[in-house]
Amino acid sequence: MFDHWLGKLTIHVIPYDNPIIMSAAAFMALVILLVLGALTFYGKWTWLWKGWLTSLDHKKIGSMYVILAMVMLLRGFVDAAMMRTQQAMAAGADPGYLPPHHFDQIFSAHGTIMIVFMAMPFLTGLINVVVPQQIGARDVAFPFMNAVSLWLTLAGAALILLSLVVGTFSRAGWTGYPPYSELQYNPGVGVDYWILPLVISGVGTTMTGINFIVTILRKRAPGMTLMRMPLFTWSALCTSVLMVLAFPALTVVTVLLGLDRYAGMHFFTNGQGGNMMNYANLFWIWGHPEVYILILPAFGVFSEVIATFSGKRLFGYRMMVYAVAVIALLSFTVWLHHFFTMGAGANVNAVFGIATMLIAIPTGVKVFHWLFTMYRGRIRFTAPMLFSVGFIPLFAIGGMTGVVLAEPPADFMMHNSEFLVAHFHNMLIPGALFGYLAGYMYWFPKAFGFTLNDRWGKIAFWNWLIGFLLAFMPLYMLGFMGMPRRMEHYGNPAWQPYLVVAAVGAVFIGFGILSLIVQLVVSIRARQKNRDLSGDPWNGRTLEWATASPPPPYNFAVLPVVTDVDAFAAMKQAGTAWQRPARYEAIVLPRNSGLAFVMGGLAFACGFAVIWHIWWAATATALGALAAVITRAWRDEQEYTLSAAEVQRLGDARFADLENALAAAVGQSETTGNQPVPQV
Amino acid sequence: MEAMELTADTAAEQLETDADRAFGFWIYLMSDAVIFALLFATYAVMSRNYADGPSGHALFDLGHTFAETLLLLCSSIAYGFVSLAAARGRRAQALLWLGVAFALGLGFVLMELAEFNAMIAQGAGPDRSGFLSAFFTLVGTHGTHVSFGLIWILVMMAQVAVKGLTASVRSRLLRLGLFWHFLDIMWIGIFSIVYLPGVLQ
Repeated sequence: MFDHWLGKLTIHVIPYDNPIIMSAAAFMALVILLVLGALTFYGKWTWLWKGWLTSLDHKKIGSMYVILAMVMLLRGFVDAAMMRTQQAMAAGADPGYLPPHHFDQIFSAHGTIMIVFMAMPFLTGLINVVVPQQIGARDVAFPFMNAVSLWLTLAGAALILLSLVVGTFSRAGWTGYPPYSELQYNPGVGVDYWILPLVISGVGTTMTGINFIVTILRKRAPGMTLMRMPLFTWSALCTSVLMVLAFPALTVVTVLLGLDRYAGMHFFTNGQGGNMMNYANLFWIWGHPEVYILILPAFGVFSEVIATFSGKRLFGYRMMVYAVAVIALLSFTVWLHHFFTMGAGANVNAVFGIATMLIAIPTGVKVFHWLFTMYRGRIRFTAPMLFSVGFIPLFAIGGMTGVVLAEPPADFMMHNSEFLVAHFHNMLIPGALFGYLAGYMYWFPKAFGFTLNDRWGKIAFWNWLIGFLLAFMPLYMLGFMGMPRRMEHYGNPAWQPYLVVAAVGAVFIGFGILSLIVQLVVSIRARQKNRDLSGDPWNGRTLEWATASPPPPYNFAVLPVVTDVDAFAAMKQAGTAWQRPARYEAIVLPRNSGLAFVMGGLAFACGFAVIWHIWWAATATALGALAAVITRAWRDEQEYTLSAAEVQRLGDARFADLENALAAAVGQSETTGNQPVPQV
Repeated sequence: MEAMELTADTAAEQLETDADRAFGFWIYLMSDAVIFALLFATYAVMSRNYADGPSGHALFDLGHTFAETLLLLCSSIAYGFVSLAAARGRRAQALLWLGVAFALGLGFVLMELAEFNAMIAQGAGPDRSGFLSAFFTLVGTHGTHVSFGLIWILVMMAQVAVKGLTASVRSRLLRLGLFWHFLDIMWIGIFSIVYLPGVLQ
């Protein structure tokens, strides 16, 4: 009689007969058990709960986003490696080792995870850690909402990970095109496991966008006009605007598909008045701006890293700002180029083709300005700088293939081929991921107080670079040879050598990821030696380097006054950096709250219940979430005051560190040359 | 003296925070407007996809819709009086008008539910055709918003009754007002794009 209490959920939905999935699940369970065990063994539960899970500190929230991104990068990479192995094997008579229904889930999960649960948390994390400090603010505008965004994102990611073990994931690709994703062809829970995480995390992303628009527009330090904002902040602003305007489209399109599947509606069905072409439009009205949501923050990182490690102000600052803004604007005018073959007509295709090519202009402006920034600079080839320099030629290649695809006649030939796969990986690996990794290594000392090992960073870079070229250049050729994307098995033996090379590329990328892990472990072990006492390990140019590493909860005891672009560089030049304030004042900070964590948990439970049609649980958790919102809306006192004495104590400790840094710098300034010399 | 300075500082910070919140809420409304815009566009695309089912001409009753419209717009006017009462610090008046806004809004939702029920009863539910899917989803999304607005009005009535018209409560009332008036604008869009052309065709 309890059958219907669990909806469609039975013991048989766990694929215990599949050794690949079960060993992955066992590995995941082992990791989780190890983490839980370690937390218990070292007595760290209180530390975790009070210091992290309930924290509303934007730096900690940002760090948690990046940790999520790293975990999902691993998962997404495993998917990629499996696909590369399968395609390297499965030519002619050899069926490979993956059955079609499993292969289809893997490429669907790979795309969804890498874009929505790796890249999005990564860039959101970097923005969270850096932007408030760059604009000289003590906090984001809405710290609690920020935590809710994080936990909604995590709830979505957890649902996707769960689909590996409980049930199946979607086989309909990361774009979930109907009618294949409709109930008629996909009656299981797979597509629902794709819809719900996107809806849940999409709401979180919309809130992140709102939060950072308000933060950037209203919480800047005195004197920081819009045209004095660092480029990373500008790109974060443009990205936030895109999030607010584009993510509702993802919410709408996934909910409409969900209504088709759950309520028997006919938005995108075959027959009964459904219109599946409308899906393509709605999906890409989100999907194309999404590409720029991913890439603009990386552009921001490159602008910061290249200026810092060239020891120069960014070339053509104003033009760089206009270029970012124009790219953000144009990103809403090109969505139709994702389905030129839909048959909208020659004139419509021409308009969107030309609009697409136009984007190459502001992007080209940016590429040249990065090059001119390096020109006659004193370049330091650190790991973040290598990622930035490596990005430029690779991105130029990707951009050129993009212009090729922007021509509708060429697109008709290349559409749905490996050429397309090569193109968008060419944009997103060097264009976005290299930027995030550069940002991760560049800002890591700011978030955690010690620098990362540069040698392992460089090894990671070379592995990524070589791996990327080997894995994706052959795909361009395969595209010209007519190989469609997403093939589980193929009959043409001429394709196989290229796919073997691509698999070798995946091995190199695997070494790249391994190097990142080694870098982290080595650096944590040597953290005392590599402590960043000055708070400014790279001789930085923007305000985030004026704070301690890691910064106190309030970032700035005294709000800085900005007089120029590259505010901190200007202060160092004028000798006004690192000035001990005459007197400290009490500072109001947001109080910890476990409610955001609870909301994330409820969203996860609600999503799970909806996927499995457990309606009583879905109703109960939704009501619980409503109650949580009302509880939060009832409270007036959500802050606490850090007393002036406590701020003074933290400030004094900071200046003691600075003096130590000064002593150390005097000892070795001859060797490094470009190191900052703090003047206390 | 120092205590006074501190309260002045806190009051200024409170004003600043409230202004941030109002601005953030405007941005939220813009993103919600995108949701409605896409649902309107979807409705426009599918408004003739009857799949041999009934059309808007056969289903819509302009008198019913007119009454719904009156209820919603009057509820908005009532909310205008809430804002006036809150600005003047008149708690009982604010509560009264919140109650009126709630009752009128509830009337709107009930009328909408009655309309939906009647349509489903005659076999014109959301699963009948693409046109009806788009209709129910667009109008239902608006109705869901109004329902959440009603819950919000109840919460604010409780807050006004318990806490009085404090600065935080007034700032929440301001944002609720923005939401409530926003839903009017969306409804006028629905009236002119869904019901009027449906009846006239």
